[in-house]
Amino acid sequence: MAVESGPRAVKAADTTGVRGRGPRPGKNPGRLRRALSTHWYAWAMVAPVVVVIGVIVGYPLARGVFLSTTNANEANVERTIGVNHIPATYESVGLDNYKAILDDGVFWDRLTWTVIWTVSCVALSFAIGLVLANMLNRRLKGRSFYRMALILPWAVPAFVSVFTWRLLFNEKNGVLNKVLEGGGIDAVPWLNDPTWAKFSVIAVNVWLGVPFMLVAMLGGLQSIPGELYEAAEMDGASAWQRFRHVTLPGLRSVATTVILISAIWTFNMFPVIFLLTRGGPGDATEILVTYAYRLSFVVSPRDFAGSAAWGVLILLLLSLFAVVYRRALRKQGEVW
Amino acid sequence: MTTMPSKKVRGRGERGPLASVALHTTLLIASLIAVLPPLWLLVTSFKPQSEAFSTALVKDFTFGNYDHVLNDTKFLDWVVNSLFVVGLTTVIGVFISATTGYAVSRFKFPGMRPLMWLLLITQMFPVAVLIVPLYNLLASMELLNQPMGLVLTYLTIAVPFSAWMMKGYFDTIPVEIDEAGRVDGLNPFGTFWRLIMPLAKPGLAVTAFYSFITGWAEVAYASAFMTGEENLTLAGGLQTFVNQYTSDWGSLTAAAVIVAVPAAVIFGFVQRHLVSGLTAGATKS
Repeated sequence: MAVESGPRAVKAADTTGVRGRGPRPGKNPGRLRRALSTHWYAWAMVAPVVVVIGVIVGYPLARGVFLSTTNANEANVERTIGVNHIPATYESVGLDNYKAILDDGVFWDRLTWTVIWTVSCVALSFAIGLVLANMLNRRLKGRSFYRMALILPWAVPAFVSVFTWRLLFNEKNGVLNKVLEGGGIDAVPWLNDPTWAKFSVIAVNVWLGVPFMLVAMLGGLQSIPGELYEAAEMDGASAWQRFRHVTLPGLRSVATTVILISAIWTFNMFPVIFLLTRGGPGDATEILVTYAYRLSFVVSPRDFAGSAAWGVLILLLLSLFAVVYRRALRKQGEVW
Repeated sequence: MTTMPSKKVRGRGERGPLASVALHTTLLIASLIAVLPPLWLLVTSFKPQSEAFSTALVKDFTFGNYDHVLNDTKFLDWVVNSLFVVGLTTVIGVFISATTGYAVSRFKFPGMRPLMWLLLITQMFPVAVLIVPLYNLLASMELLNQPMGLVLTYLTIAVPFSAWMMKGYFDTIPVEIDEAGRVDGLNPFGTFWRLIMPLAKPGLAVTAFYSFITGWAEVAYASAFMTGEENLTLAGGLQTFVNQYTSDWGSLTAAAVIVAVPAAVIFGFVQRHLVSGLTAGATKS
């Protein structure tokens, strides 16, 4: 290191010298060149991400928006059957898809359920996570055991857990109903009754979501300086007062971030619903995302245009989230 | 404690025996709820196919399900597919999100604000908007049914959030270290690679873990883009055991156990860093 640093330092000094003495750029090309020489490494570092996102998100997004203004479906898109190439025959229908969706009750039903689903999942898993984190954040026998056990639902891949829950929820033979039977209670149609199915998907998602909340809250708790608690104790604050006036404010920034992230994840939570109930019974547990998927990959004929229009609407809703999220980040002192 | 002067409040490190009991009971119940489903999965996987739903713990212990899954199904193909896709996603994802996170954390450059917005919005992109156009795009690039197609797709899911996480982590590393590196003659890449990356290991571990889990557990894209039994990844493959036509719970549970173990092991390695990585932004005092 020491040997290397000498010549390099000279070189570095050299380049800065050149930049400092460089020709005064009068017009744009010069400014561009100077920007390039100042920022090229920053740009080089972000380039791969920009390219990947541009190609794999940007293009499909533009195309999705375009499709949503057409009547494209399985029967009229460009396709190849055997050796025959059939060109696309769908045409533009303007905003008709959107009008149809917004006039139809289905969208509003799905939206209502999606909101209920998101709010209850996030609220429950946050509350449970916060309580458990507070319990774990103290001297306690078996602390690391509890921690490992409580994080386990996160360690197991979500789709595996969802299959496991299907096994437990099985109406005729599942363990849950066998246990209830033992207690003299009738079998509960966990996944086959619209109301119970809603309850079940929320329960499973909360089960999956608590560990993330727990871990994040634990981190937040540990970052609160001990001196604050000492000071509070000196002033004679009770345990509740310490929680209310030291812990909660201390957790504020972590909590905002975590709640927003988790709200977005839950809003988009595809696997839990798709694998647990396939949106059923009927479409009782279908959230916006799974419904849009159903339109383009499950129903026949596949309604690509309709699905894309749903997608765009979902995206608009999520942009609202983004604005809120950004405001929250800004409050934490992120400036950009 | 009970004989203390009346006004004395119980301190942080102390609690009465009753509180202790309540604490342990609650934690124990919570742990049971957390552990039982995976445990039940494990137990079921050792039961013969016909007994999959019996409540008895272990009556006829058997490895039959595992034997069947490993030898008579395409399970190993799915594992290889998944490992390839997820491994590549993780390596590429961690690297490019680290460079991006570093650039965003350290430099002010034109285009930074749009980039941050881009990352923020991409994070919340619903599968539904992209899936059809992406399907067409991959089809035209002949990447449908190819692992590379999935890798590209997964990068878009994993990278935005990872980049945010890395930015948060880099923010906690004092800028003085960069300056010291600069003074010693390292260029920005050198500083990043030789000084900051080693310091950011916990953050990198968490990011890697996040990418891994994202790919390992992704269902929607994998179900839509991969067809033909030998091309499926695990998430898609497992669905073939239990669907509207068959319900082979024995094979499903055995396969699920085999899938869950590597994920849990990696999780074990990473979880030490998990707390510090995830909440990096907030742990800075």
